[in-house]
Amino acid sequence: MKIAVCVKQIPDPATPYELDAESHLVVRPQDQVLDDTDRYGVEVGLQLAEANEGTVTLFSMSPSGSLQGIRQALAMGADKAVLIDDQALRGSAALTTARVLAAAIEREGFDLVIAGTESTDGYTGVVPQQIAEILDVPALSFARRVEAGDGKVTIERQTATGYDVVESPLPAVLAVTAGSVEPRYPTFKGIMQAKQKPIDNLTAGDLGFGDDDVGIAGSGQSITAVAPIAGRQAGEIIEDDGEAHLRIVALLEETKVI
Amino acid sequence: MAILVFSEETDGHASASALELTSKAAQLGEVTVFHVGEGSADALAELGAHGATSVHHMDPGDGLPAPTAAAAIADLVGGDAPAAVLFGMGNTDRDVAGRLSARLGRPVLAAAVDLSIDPVRVTSEILGGTHQIITEATDQPPALVIARPKAFAADDTGGPAPSTTAVAAPDVGRSGSAVVVERHVEEQEGPDLEAANVVVSGGRGLGGPDNWHLVEELAAELDGAVGATRAVVDAGWVPYSLQVGQTGKTVKPTVYIATGISGAMQHMVGMKDSGTIIAINKDADAPIFGIADLGVVGDVQQIVPKLIEALKARS
Ligand SMILES: Cc1cc2nc3c(=O)[nH]c(=O)nc-3n(C[C@H](O)[C@H](O)[C@H](O)COP(=O)(O)OP(=O)(O)OC[C@H]3O[C@@H](n4cnc5c(N)ncnc54)[C@H](O)[C@@H]3O)c2cc1C
Repeated sequence: MKIAVCVKQIPDPATPYELDAESHLVVRPQDQVLDDTDRYGVEVGLQLAEANEGTVTLFSMSPSGSLQGIRQALAMGADKAVLIDDQALRGSAALTTARVLAAAIEREGFDLVIAGTESTDGYTGVVPQQIAEILDVPALSFARRVEAGDGKVTIERQTATGYDVVESPLPAVLAVTAGSVEPRYPTFKGIMQAKQKPIDNLTAGDLGFGDDDVGIAGSGQSITAVAPIAGRQAGEIIEDDGEAHLRIVALLEETKVI
Repeated sequence: MAILVFSEETDGHASASALELTSKAAQLGEVTVFHVGEGSADALAELGAHGATSVHHMDPGDGLPAPTAAAAIADLVGGDAPAAVLFGMGNTDRDVAGRLSARLGRPVLAAAVDLSIDPVRVTSEILGGTHQIITEATDQPPALVIARPKAFAADDTGGPAPSTTAVAAPDVGRSGSAVVVERHVEEQEGPDLEAANVVVSGGRGLGGPDNWHLVEELAAELDGAVGATRAVVDAGWVPYSLQVGQTGKTVKPTVYIATGISGAMQHMVGMKDSGTIIAINKDADAPIFGIADLGVVGDVQQIVPKLIEALKARS
């Protein structure tokens, strides 16, 4: 089974994000981490590959930088990575990301494409469906439990009121939630092996995209203003001295909910 | 200006987001709704009451709705395109928006908290609600917009039942071959999380599922709903339907009580607009204290039982 896993490197979410004053894009440092959401996709991919004599190829469209995040995913056990890093792609809309990833995935061939439900830094949350539409395959989204084999994939899909069991033939796209599996930590051996694993570098042009199709020019939108929002202010903070619950009761009375 | 709103039916009702977006769109132009589901009379009447003049209704049967709904909407907007197609943040909403975006070759303007048309401009909150960004759609109409829950007020103006057209699910070939084989509804007690006046939420700081009853009892004392962080949903303590935050529900109760919750950006996006926020956390540096009106530094297992007793004593 040929498994493609989409991953993204993002600035460490523990550090405050900076916006470039001119482009309004998030400033991307040299060292970026693997988006935590993607660890679940990688783990699901590895488990399915182990169960179905499969291979796991990572696909990523983001500034490569030091490759720290990609190495993290390779160290978990993915076989290789295909990176599309191109200055022309800066400021691309989610749809461009989907087009570029779909083109790269189609070039390699696939039975299953796995992605996280949404990225931590962007969270438009539409890329997996866009990829599925471009590749003309079903998309199993919001998957919290996954089984695959015998040419089909079965998932539990989160719904507003519970979950549905959904079945689909392969090839298909799968978007997994963070609850789906427990991602493994890279072993020392895995980290050493990751350094030798093949990484293919592609440009947008290699996949047949012109400069005007992608990036800000091809995004179909323009940012007209950005401003910080005046945040909520911290109120009163008290140490519990054994009587703090009474202060809470008093505030509940003030708000008239009791 | 024509505007199309996406709606999904659950339990015989139109989605809350569809009613909010229909109300907003009715202020901007003429509203048509694309409604997916059984098409109950109640759901259609609600859409009309909130300002929809016509509804296109499609029953996806056992197929996952996104590919067929997107194809049907693409057909619908092919000729005389509306200015915008509006979606909520529901799972199906986002799926259909993604499919439609790829079909039409239009970007999705996401996380909208405000909207104007002609040209279509969307105000979104980004970076965990710390920044506001205004984006203008520069492509041909329709612009595709995903709005945050509760960004707009649902306003029942008593409009008449809309004219309804049944749409057959189009044949989308291979894309449409995923089917729902079982449906499970997880029972919920107490008031609706998204509508409750008081929400009591619990996080990993509760220590384990065995202590979850503290959150439930406190909520029950306050006639409130129970919420949770993703950390405890992922850990399997409670179902996903209780999750508050970026990838869960957005709540704006009069009072929000956060117990054992650190206050991750992704959690706070879903509750920061609550009236009064009370937080209990043993770590004085927990980010949740940065937005709490009353922060109590202490142990939930000490404080919450006393609070429950004090409330019981009052009543
Ligand atoms: C793409 C993405 C989407 C996400 N969406 C959501 C979302 O929708 N909703 C959401 O909630 N999260 C979401 N998250 C996860 C989020 O980043 C946090 O991991 C999560 O909110 C943390 O949950 P928590 O506060 O329960 O746990 P923790 O962060 O582990 O915090 C537990 C807190 O409990 C306190 N504590 C421990 N013991 C006690 C005690 N005895 N008494 C009092 N306090 C105690 C600790 O001091 C700590 O502050 C998302 C993450 C990503 C990447």
